[in-house]
Amino acid sequence: MSESPAAPLRTADGVPLKVSLRRAVRRSKIKALLLVAPLLTFLIIAFVMPLFEMLWRSVDNPEVSTHLSRTVAALEGWNGESLPDETTFAALAEDLREGQQARNLGLLSSRLNYEKSGMRSTISRTARRIGTLEPPYREALIEVNDTWGELDTWKLIQRETSPYTMSYYLAAIDRQLSPDGEIITVPEHMQIHATLFWRTLWMSAVITGLTLLLGYPVAFLLASLPARHSNLLMILVLLPFWTSLLVRTTTWIAILQSQGVLNDVMVALGIIADEARWQMIHNKMGTIIAMTHILLPFMILPLYSVMKTIPPSYMRAARSLGGKPFLSFRRVYFPLTIPGIAAGGILVFILSIGYYITPALVGGQSGRFITNYIAYHMQTSLNWGLAAAIASILLFVVIICYLVFNRLIGVDKVKLG
Amino acid sequence: MQQILDRDEEVAAQADSSDCFVRFIDVQKSYDGVELVVKGFNLDVRHGEFVTLLGPSGSGKTTCLMMMAGFETPTHGQILLKGEPINDLPPHKRGIGMVFQNYALFPHMTVAENLAFPLEVRHLSKDEIQRKVDRALAMVRLEDFGARRPAQLSGGQQQRVALARALVFEPDLVLMDEPLGALDKNLREEMQYEIKRIHASLGVTMIYVTHDQTEALTMSDRIAVFNDGVVQQLATPDTLYEAPENAFVASFIGENNRLLGEVVERQGERCQVRLDSGETVTATPVACGEVGTRTTLSLRPERVAIFDHSRQDELDNCFRGEVLEVIYLGDHLRTRLRVCGNDDFILKTPNAKGHSALKPGQGVEVGWSWRDCRALDA
Ligand SMILES: Nc1ncnc2c1ncn2[C@@H]1O[C@H](COP(=O)(O)OP(=O)(O)OP(=O)(O)O)[C@@H](O)[C@H]1O
Ligand SMILES: [Mg+2]
Repeated sequence: MSESPAAPLRTADGVPLKVSLRRAVRRSKIKALLLVAPLLTFLIIAFVMPLFEMLWRSVDNPEVSTHLSRTVAALEGWNGESLPDETTFAALAEDLREGQQARNLGLLSSRLNYEKSGMRSTISRTARRIGTLEPPYREALIEVNDTWGELDTWKLIQRETSPYTMSYYLAAIDRQLSPDGEIITVPEHMQIHATLFWRTLWMSAVITGLTLLLGYPVAFLLASLPARHSNLLMILVLLPFWTSLLVRTTTWIAILQSQGVLNDVMVALGIIADEARWQMIHNKMGTIIAMTHILLPFMILPLYSVMKTIPPSYMRAARSLGGKPFLSFRRVYFPLTIPGIAAGGILVFILSIGYYITPALVGGQSGRFITNYIAYHMQTSLNWGLAAAIASILLFVVIICYLVFNRLIGVDKVKLG
Repeated sequence: MQQILDRDEEVAAQADSSDCFVRFIDVQKSYDGVELVVKGFNLDVRHGEFVTLLGPSGSGKTTCLMMMAGFETPTHGQILLKGEPINDLPPHKRGIGMVFQNYALFPHMTVAENLAFPLEVRHLSKDEIQRKVDRALAMVRLEDFGARRPAQLSGGQQQRVALARALVFEPDLVLMDEPLGALDKNLREEMQYEIKRIHASLGVTMIYVTHDQTEALTMSDRIAVFNDGVVQQLATPDTLYEAPENAFVASFIGENNRLLGEVVERQGERCQVRLDSGETVTATPVACGEVGTRTTLSLRPERVAIFDHSRQDELDNCFRGEVLEVIYLGDHLRTRLRVCGNDDFILKTPNAKGHSALKPGQGVEVGWSWRDCRALDA
């Protein structure tokens, strides 16, 4: 409590006013904190911690330094111009022997294999024969597998001694480090991620545009109809939320597949020939149709909440001042709905770039999103570092979107409900 | 057409059709197909006139204005503007300025942009727009506020902008729907004066909606008193006050003492009414029926006098009453009496020098002239 030169105000019982105020405020703060504590704990455990874990994993690089600790120590001070000396080879042999006994060379070999293909088999082959090897190890190891005689192998090991790596991020955008440490593009047949990123972004943009196109008139109707009718319409808009996502997605398969309802109807009506049924599913079109449908409510609701606050008298005023209907809409109504468009747009776009299940089910090969590759790296290739890096890039895109939105429109402009 | 002229003689006298600027002919409106919100609405407004639609809430005033502006279509009947039917004309082609109750200033445009909007849609040149906007801002004394957004203005300033915007494209007709409803009393009075000034200087025709009778009385050339979707009386303010034609108008405009009774005799311009409490009153028959029908007598409080022998000839109705309550209002005293069985009989006396104050419980003799006592419908 800083005593100001003028006597501080005091409450009736002589406690300085500031102190007693602070005490009162503290009590209510603690109460508020207790109320949010369960959710806060949950969020920290279920959201914040995994998030940091993911960010951590995307740069974490423990394999070489843990499993090849002796080699790493021996490589210290190596100039990289000629093959390392015998002690380094001996250290490598010792590390491999230990790893073979502990049966934990898998992570190391996968890690090095990401950087230099063939390293997995090199290590496993060497490890299998490590018991039979005799000094001098340099010759012995090179004989087992001549990869050990390549300078690049040793440069790689030296580079990967660092506990952090950018290589997952590079891999996520189809780049890698050359043996000399330069960033180069991976061979064309291995480029998948960048294409997928672009595809995810532009398809999400298309989906966002379509939801806007379809949702705007509906939101307008919702906001301008008398309550009786708009309630019914609102139920229709919300109906999808009450059906399982999986059910909705599979329904689209039933409708869109080449032997599906839509094609059958069109064939029956003679619009298309039986042999020329449209391929509308398991490609980009399938993903776009299904996701537009699924994400539509997320566009309609923010739009509706903004439109609801626009009094009908604005349009009437514009008309009475001589504005033709469309001009009045464009000059008066539309600008007022921009916060809603932006809010709905950003919501759908962000949800869309992170969407997994629908592209996985209806996207086929060509309509797949980057998220499907995150899943692939998590579950099949078990390259969690790469999965984490891709996910982090997505997170980064989302944050950028949010910042741009906040800068242009202001988050506080959007009230939901 | 003839039918309307018959119905409303006063209007007929004033509105020969060449002179008539806006004309509602037997307009009806129903929103739900069940109930008529506006029933047989007739109104003639002359060029340059300031006409007010006055009526209680829900009486259909806004509905009439919306039909005029083109946002609602009449279910039946016609609206003529300058002699042309406009039922099928969309709002933006009517060229009617409108001031909305909540002002409806476009929040994403500055004041100047708001004013420029009606000019831009009319494809005026930039210079011309600039000139007219400046002039309109000057007219409402907001020259320095052109660059502000509506949200940065006070209620009164917003109101002025709304007015300027409705006038900037020089419409012949301006509609205003309770434009001062949201302002406090002082600002209201100031704006009433301002609107009158602008009306007088521009000579535009204005149709004004309010449910505030003082506002209507101070501003209007003529007032259409509205109730239940029907015009009860259309007349100048003083006629409405002095000579209400029915009990609704009498009670809606100004304060009014009501005495209920039955017509017992009619002779020329006088009639005798026996009150329910037994007394007989001489009154002017205005809207009462034949002998034997019930009637409401309407009497303005300031036309009641405390009996005084020097005025015996004028005060041909004279009764004893008892003072129940005296309220001191500065310039006048408002005394509540029990007269002829009516406990709410009000007497207004100017606070003149040497005036002896009445005391509650005191007996007093009051009187009034038969000319001031109007026998209206029951
Ligand atoms: N859009 C509408 N749909 C259905 N009924 C309506 C509509 N607008 C008005 N009404 C009804 O019509 C009647 C007249 O309404 P209106 O708005 O014309 O009254 P008003 O005289 O302007 O009242 P106030 O002084 O309260 O503004 C009311 O009973 C109202 O409920
Ligand atoms: Mg109204």
